[in-house]
Amino acid sequence: MTAVRHHHSSVRRARRRLANTLMWVLATLSALAALVPLGFVLYYIAAQGLPALNLDFFTHVPRPVGEPGGGMANAIVGTIILIALASLVGLPIGLLGGIYLAEFGANRFAGIIRFAADVLSGVPSIVIGIFVYALVVVPMHRFSALAGGVALGIMMIPTVMRTSEELIRLVPASLREAALSLGATHPRTVFKVVLLAARAGVVTGVLLAIARIAGETAPLLFTAFGSNLWSARLDQPIASLPVQIFTYAIAPYDNWHAQAWAGALVLVAMILILSAAARYATRGRLRTVL
Amino acid sequence: MLGDPQGHNDLPRADQRFSLAEKFVIRSLGFYYGRFQALRGINLTIRERQITALIGPSGCGKSTFLRSLNRMNDIIEGARTEGTVLLDEEDIYQPEIDVVALRRRVGMVFQRPNPFPMSIFDNIAFGPRIHGLAPGMELGDLVERSLQRAALWQEVKDKLRESALSLSGGQQQRLCIARVLAVDPEVVLMDEPCSALDPISTLRIEELMDELKESYTIVIVTHNMQQAARVSQETGFFLTGELIEFGPSEMIFTHPHDRRTEAYITGRFG
Repeated sequence: MTAVRHHHSSVRRARRRLANTLMWVLATLSALAALVPLGFVLYYIAAQGLPALNLDFFTHVPRPVGEPGGGMANAIVGTIILIALASLVGLPIGLLGGIYLAEFGANRFAGIIRFAADVLSGVPSIVIGIFVYALVVVPMHRFSALAGGVALGIMMIPTVMRTSEELIRLVPASLREAALSLGATHPRTVFKVVLLAARAGVVTGVLLAIARIAGETAPLLFTAFGSNLWSARLDQPIASLPVQIFTYAIAPYDNWHAQAWAGALVLVAMILILSAAARYATRGRLRTVL
Repeated sequence: MLGDPQGHNDLPRADQRFSLAEKFVIRSLGFYYGRFQALRGINLTIRERQITALIGPSGCGKSTFLRSLNRMNDIIEGARTEGTVLLDEEDIYQPEIDVVALRRRVGMVFQRPNPFPMSIFDNIAFGPRIHGLAPGMELGDLVERSLQRAALWQEVKDKLRESALSLSGGQQQRLCIARVLAVDPEVVLMDEPCSALDPISTLRIEELMDELKESYTIVIVTHNMQQAARVSQETGFFLTGELIEFGPSEMIFTHPHDRRTEAYITGRFG
């Protein structure tokens, strides 16, 4: 009887071990499979983009068709201007909305806002572009950096709002109680204590939202439009890396293709730097929040 | 307030055991979380400048009661309070009462140390800053005085700019006490202040409470009956939302009147 049971359990143990190994291999392979495309994209962009990258690329504006050389300096600056404008639109609304949802979000109205934000984050970016075209471009009678910034800003709102809501909620109730019990009013508790405790996470959410919109092309096509000139005027069309890449990539000239790759490399590098900054900002977040 | 110890002359011990002044007078206090009644018909007088302990099994309402003394229950949605709580003869549940001013007078120390994620200095200065106490240079003095009163100054005086989270649990709890003292309260409510601390830190907090009662009225909720017996002058026993017995701690812990009190303090339940 004991021998039988012993035999039985050793078989079961072997089977368990096999299942364990199998699942470990599957999980590891899946994790690697997720990394492979990223690795290839990065490698390919670097391989194609690096040869076309030189100082001129960062300091010159595009040359007319047929002339060699030139760069995307205006598009790099344009992208930074657009990101700044988008942040001016998206951050205040997103952050204050997130605070509202976290602090007063137990009612029906907040439920509707949450739902709307989720829907908004799922709206195709080109639709947002058309919406802003009707909202800003048509009344102004021209494409403009402003319109591009508004379009990107609208796209930031749901991400910033929901991540800041989540992170503000993560702040332990004990910190709120401590502030309230010292006689702090609710607004003071939120702005002096809760946001302070959630700041690292909120900053990450903001940086990730910026990283996401930095590479958007579609919403800029009918808003910021694009430009081959230096321009920092907000009421004029402005160049941006994604649109410039798009324009150069579909053009029939080899040197434009090479520049498109270089532009892609610069854009990816900018986004990587932002994501790294987000990581850096969250260092020790657990220590602060929990 | 400080430097105004009361009943500290050469009176015989029995006479200085209780202060006579009544700080809180609670009449027919009831409290509801939605439909659930957490407190019913509480009548109790808390005397000034002594330690009043509240004991009872988990869920008996003692923490809820404590939080009704500085209206911390207000922040709970669907909560309702009935009856009266008089602080210096003024009903703190009247509509015209300023809750901010009330909480400045009635401070609170929580079960787990909850320092803000800022420097030690800023933690202590938080209350004075929001209430506009001690502007400018005086703030440093106030922070030092508060830390001294909480017996923490010697340990932190060289690292006031460091994060309060770098302190040990016991130090954090004394920091939280100092933070309350910095707004110069009259009453300090303590909700199981030692339950997350080791025995040595617990002892230090108890010693501190004993010093503080010369200047402050202290109400402590505790699960530790030895602690209640050691530090308090009067003790109340709560059970299922009711105050079963209240009296001198010596009486409660040696000759309780009620059988349920006796059963609890002798460890037969809870």
